[in-house]
Amino acid sequence: MTLLDQFQLMLKSLGWPDWAVYLTPAIVGILIIIIFVLTVVIVFIWWERRLISRFQIRLGPNRCGPEGILQPIATAIKILLKEDIVPEKADKLIHFVAPIIVFVPILLIFAVIPFGAGAILVDLNVGIIYVIAISSISVIGIFMAAWASGNKYSYISGMRSIAQMVSYEIPVVLSLVGVALVAGSFSMLKIVEAQSIPFILLQPLGFLIFFLGSLAEMNRSPFDLLEADSEIVAGYHIEYSGMKFAMFYLGEYGVALAYSCIITTLFLSGWQGPLLPPIIWILIKVMLVFSVIVWIRSTLPRFRVDQLMAFAWKAMLPMAVINLVIIAIEVLLIPASLQWVMLILNFGFAGALILLWSKLFTLGGGRVEV
Amino acid sequence: MPIKTEQFYLNVGPQHPSTHGVFRLRLSLDGEVVTDVEPIVGYLHRGIEKLAETRTYTQIIPLTDRLDYLASMTDNVAYCMAVEKLAGIKVPERAEYIRIIFSELMRVSSHMMAVGFYLNDCGAFFTPVLYMWREREKILDLFDMVCGQRLLYNYMRVGGVSQDLPDEFMPAIKKFVAEMPRYIGEYNQLIKQNEIFLARSKGVGILPRETAINIGASGPVLRASGVKWDIRKMDPYSIYDRFDFEIPTGEAGDCYDRYWVRMQEMTQSLRIIEQAMSQMPAKGPVCADVPQFFRPPAGETYGYIEAPKGNLGFYIVSDGSIAPYRLHIYPPTLINITALKDMVIGWKVADLIIIFGSMDVVLGEIDR
Repeated sequence: MTLLDQFQLMLKSLGWPDWAVYLTPAIVGILIIIIFVLTVVIVFIWWERRLISRFQIRLGPNRCGPEGILQPIATAIKILLKEDIVPEKADKLIHFVAPIIVFVPILLIFAVIPFGAGAILVDLNVGIIYVIAISSISVIGIFMAAWASGNKYSYISGMRSIAQMVSYEIPVVLSLVGVALVAGSFSMLKIVEAQSIPFILLQPLGFLIFFLGSLAEMNRSPFDLLEADSEIVAGYHIEYSGMKFAMFYLGEYGVALAYSCIITTLFLSGWQGPLLPPIIWILIKVMLVFSVIVWIRSTLPRFRVDQLMAFAWKAMLPMAVINLVIIAIEVLLIPASLQWVMLILNFGFAGALILLWSKLFTLGGGRVEV
Repeated sequence: MPIKTEQFYLNVGPQHPSTHGVFRLRLSLDGEVVTDVEPIVGYLHRGIEKLAETRTYTQIIPLTDRLDYLASMTDNVAYCMAVEKLAGIKVPERAEYIRIIFSELMRVSSHMMAVGFYLNDCGAFFTPVLYMWREREKILDLFDMVCGQRLLYNYMRVGGVSQDLPDEFMPAIKKFVAEMPRYIGEYNQLIKQNEIFLARSKGVGILPRETAINIGASGPVLRASGVKWDIRKMDPYSIYDRFDFEIPTGEAGDCYDRYWVRMQEMTQSLRIIEQAMSQMPAKGPVCADVPQFFRPPAGETYGYIEAPKGNLGFYIVSDGSIAPYRLHIYPPTLINITALKDMVIGWKVADLIIIFGSMDVVLGEIDR
């Protein structure tokens, strides 16, 4: 029974009408999630700017409030005060709708993220599938923004986004099937409860594939081809300013938060942890995942578009398939009480596969005769 | 039925983060593949050659600062040496050594910027640039010590340099030269083996040896194509024949070789600085006795040096007055980017950016 159900029962016992019993907890839950997301996103923006400046041997924003914590708010005010410019050649309606379509699905993802035992908005029995389905909608928003801007740079970015998202969705989904197989359920709550050993240890290869795939899904370095500021300047949001740009900006960090939460839930045993309350554990793990993302961003150069596709189709997809087959066989043969055998086996397989691919895999591509 | 495709034209620049200034490229694209490229220059034209005709020989020195503004010191040296050649002025020994030290420091600084921004073009989010800047800052501090400037130095004079080194300079540069190899090692450790960096730059944007020679390329771009040509060795000017150093060359002529040649040249420059410091006379005049409004004899001359970016030449025609009749600048990067079209066709937009970045262009010099 989730907290939401308990809330409903309480209201019912107070004699509230049925529609209010149903509606009030839902609205309260949604508000809590929106406030949580926006707060953490602001912390994320600050954290990324501070952390990346440490990686780059500089100080970062430190004037606005203690340790510069108020800097994201100052930035937000600045962005909101900017003039909202719509290019003359833009498709006005789609240009307006696109940021919303990018941002809303990201909020929807949080409906199935458990923040504690029972602290979940809806415990869907198809939680993972819901996440995958919802997170794919953002791509349409990005493509709409790119197309509607009527800018050639954003057009290239839109084309890249479709290719990249479609390619990386497949290995990501396949690596998630491995998780569902071991947990025996698609429900996020059940998956967390199944992780007496965190799945990052139980399926290291699945975790790596999912992590890299999610980097590509959220357009983070080294897969940030959509925004590649040294090539296509800002990509799909090049023609956006003011509040609409803020939506993209929030969306970018919102999706980082969403994927950090998903990785925490699926691979880092969610809220579980000794001593501290569940929500603190969630926040610690989410910050940890996000810090790794920032670390990668400040360290690695960017892939080229054909190398990106080659990496998805020639390295990640076959690896994900092999990983899935191995895990399916293991789930069949190894009883749940002997999970440590699976752990050792999977580490062995992961090492062997990565070694094999590092020998066999070539990015290919290169010069095209024209 | 084949899919109908159309040519796609894309303007890169003049306002673009990766054109290193106000360069403009008109691209024809087939999807992401570059099928044609037309470089358009002239957005930063300030008429330096024409301005020079209305200034005295000394007043032209600040104008040369504005050519390659990431290597102002060598621009100064190139111009002053051309004028000295024209007027037959002998530069004092100590001034020659000071010039060598500053030219080589400038080369290290310029290459650092080139490598840092090249990696930025590859997509590394400013980290390499900021690491490079950490050491470039120390070089700028050294320049600041002697001439009070950090970007446009105006330090060289016809016949020598404007002022002697301050007392605190020698300990500072000794410290820098002692520290620097460690930092170069750090850069190599961070960059050289990076898989993505290698995938992006190995074999990309090959400039064949023949093409490089035919277009008259110079500097690291030429040497990366495997041509062992360095004016400091081939036609030693100033006192470069007194130093022991090597000319690093590449093999393939790709972006990686251009990067690696620059990294090796930094080490060689440090070797030259070390030798120059030990050989330099401790005392002595730093500038020949040249009047402020001196009149070189009528005639013409061409002086050229190995600037960080290549063969930088000044062609001066004098009619015996206090200002040159005509001054022409031979800019290395303008000559180097004439090969751009051969190098980028068939590569992707992302490659175009890094190929252009690996040429290490400065628009102040291209447009003049």
